[in-house]
Amino acid sequence: MNSAILSVRGVWKSFDEHPVLRGIDLEVGAHQAVVLIGASGSGKSTLLRCMNGLESVDAGTIILDGDVDVTGFDTDLDVVRRRIGIVFQSYNLFPHMTVLDNIALAPRKVLRRGRAECDDQARGLLARFGLEAKAGEYPDRLSGGQAQRVAIIRALAMEPEIMLFDEITSALDPLLVGEVLDAVRELKSGGLTIVMATHEMTFARDVADQVCFLQGGVVLEQGSPAQIFESPGEPETQQFLSRLPH
Amino acid sequence: MSVLAPAPGAAEVYRDPARQARVRRRARRDALVGMASLFGFVIVVSIVVSSSPGWPAVQETFFNGQEFISTFPGLLEAFWLNVRIFLVAEPLILIIGLLVALARTLRSPIFLPIRVVATLYVDIFRGVPTILVIFLLGFGVPALRIEGMPKDAVFWGTAALVLSYGAYVAEVFRAGIDSVHPSQRMAARSLGLSLFQTNRHVVLPQAVRNVVPPLLNDFISLQKDTALVAVLGPIEVLRRAQIDASSTFNYTPYVGAALIFIALTIPMTRFADWIQSRSRSRRRAGGTS
Ligand SMILES: Nc1ncnc2c1ncn2[C@@H]1O[C@H](COP(=O)(O)OP(=O)(O)OP(=O)(O)O)[C@@H](O)[C@H]1O
Ligand SMILES: [Mg+2]
Repeated sequence: MNSAILSVRGVWKSFDEHPVLRGIDLEVGAHQAVVLIGASGSGKSTLLRCMNGLESVDAGTIILDGDVDVTGFDTDLDVVRRRIGIVFQSYNLFPHMTVLDNIALAPRKVLRRGRAECDDQARGLLARFGLEAKAGEYPDRLSGGQAQRVAIIRALAMEPEIMLFDEITSALDPLLVGEVLDAVRELKSGGLTIVMATHEMTFARDVADQVCFLQGGVVLEQGSPAQIFESPGEPETQQFLSRLPH
Repeated sequence: MSVLAPAPGAAEVYRDPARQARVRRRARRDALVGMASLFGFVIVVSIVVSSSPGWPAVQETFFNGQEFISTFPGLLEAFWLNVRIFLVAEPLILIIGLLVALARTLRSPIFLPIRVVATLYVDIFRGVPTILVIFLLGFGVPALRIEGMPKDAVFWGTAALVLSYGAYVAEVFRAGIDSVHPSQRMAARSLGLSLFQTNRHVVLPQAVRNVVPPLLNDFISLQKDTALVAVLGPIEVLRRAQIDASSTFNYTPYVGAALIFIALTIPMTRFADWIQSRSRSRRRAGGTS
């Protein structure tokens, strides 16, 4: 990994007295897909939320593109969040807006672009993911897979340099997982930098450049998918992988 | 199954006409039974009431036709003042309620004074009976004899209603804001929207939608409470009825005034019910989002 676009160094975070992250080090290279795996409660979501400032850290730094410290006291987080998008497990679409308005809201209000321009961009993105027919629908009329793809498009419309995905397929019917993962694959091939927490190991093996295993609040082991899945070095990693359904 | 049923998949929608007819017949029968039962009930109640020994006296004092006809136009005219009080007060209440609710969501330390004032306002005006606020403002402020202060009873009565209801409505709005799931706020912030933009475009529209039914209930009770301004003396509908009744010792004008209020609140209540059931069914239709 030559040029890291996101460097996490010595990040600690606990909720009250409950430690979740205990010194996380992680380098994300530009145009790479990094997959976070680990048991439930191992801190994957917390780490992703720290990465775009939705959660504050107790110690450590998260450097974006070599210059902006996400964890800095004076950092303008609105600027950071324009550059780092995030998509959640529960799509969190705005229920009172159409799909088109969900997508166009942030570009219009944050980037101060014209309505027509933003609507065109939104329509283009919808078409790219096969959803152009849904532009005028309200979120409650979408299937889970469609809603999650709209959520991805909504984050994408801000043209972020990095996308964080937090178990975006966990709430989906198994039949709908594929269409969302295809969307992620499409983004990856388009050169977007991706950090993703997932339980979809097949997908991780397929798409990831780097797999990180979180355990006990640290990155216990990381490497290429082949390394981690075929010949994990740590006994805990082996144990975690062997417990997964195949 | 009807003979003419289309082959499976041949039509978009198909309902067996014989089945449909039975459903309609049953609905018609249910409606008839309901009407007949209601009609019988009304007849029985009327007979019981009118044959009771006290009825003629009650009818003479409360339901006197002559008295009704002579006082009702005056009542209606006086009610126009209630309507005006309501029409002026309601928008002001909504504005104050929303501003106070928003002020209480401010988190930055520099806004601490605003937050404290807003909290005090709600605590005080929600705790004091509305009629007491009306007395305090309506009699108290003019007694100060401050230069340039309005002395008009209607002005102070309306101001008291606005202050009192503003506190209630602020709490309604606050509950609405709290009812928007935190993940909505998080999603908006994660897109780079500022705190203000998040409130303006994501939280408030949903909050307001959620509180329309309780707000309508407050409207209805405000409509009735415009009569409280009567204690300050202006001739609105209750004061008019009081004057009429005391000149003849007949209480029919009070019943007339009650009818006027009912005529206005019943449609509003039905409207509130309708809004409520509509938003309920819509929420049921909505999935996770
Ligand atoms: N806001 C919070 N307040 C208190 N505790 C929290 C909070 N968020 C997370 N936690 C706790 O931190 C721990 C790590 O949570 P996190 O959601 O990061 O795990 P995860 O690896 O994403 O798990 P999962 O695979 O179930 O999503 C959990 O024990 C959780 O209970
Ligand atoms: Mg999680």
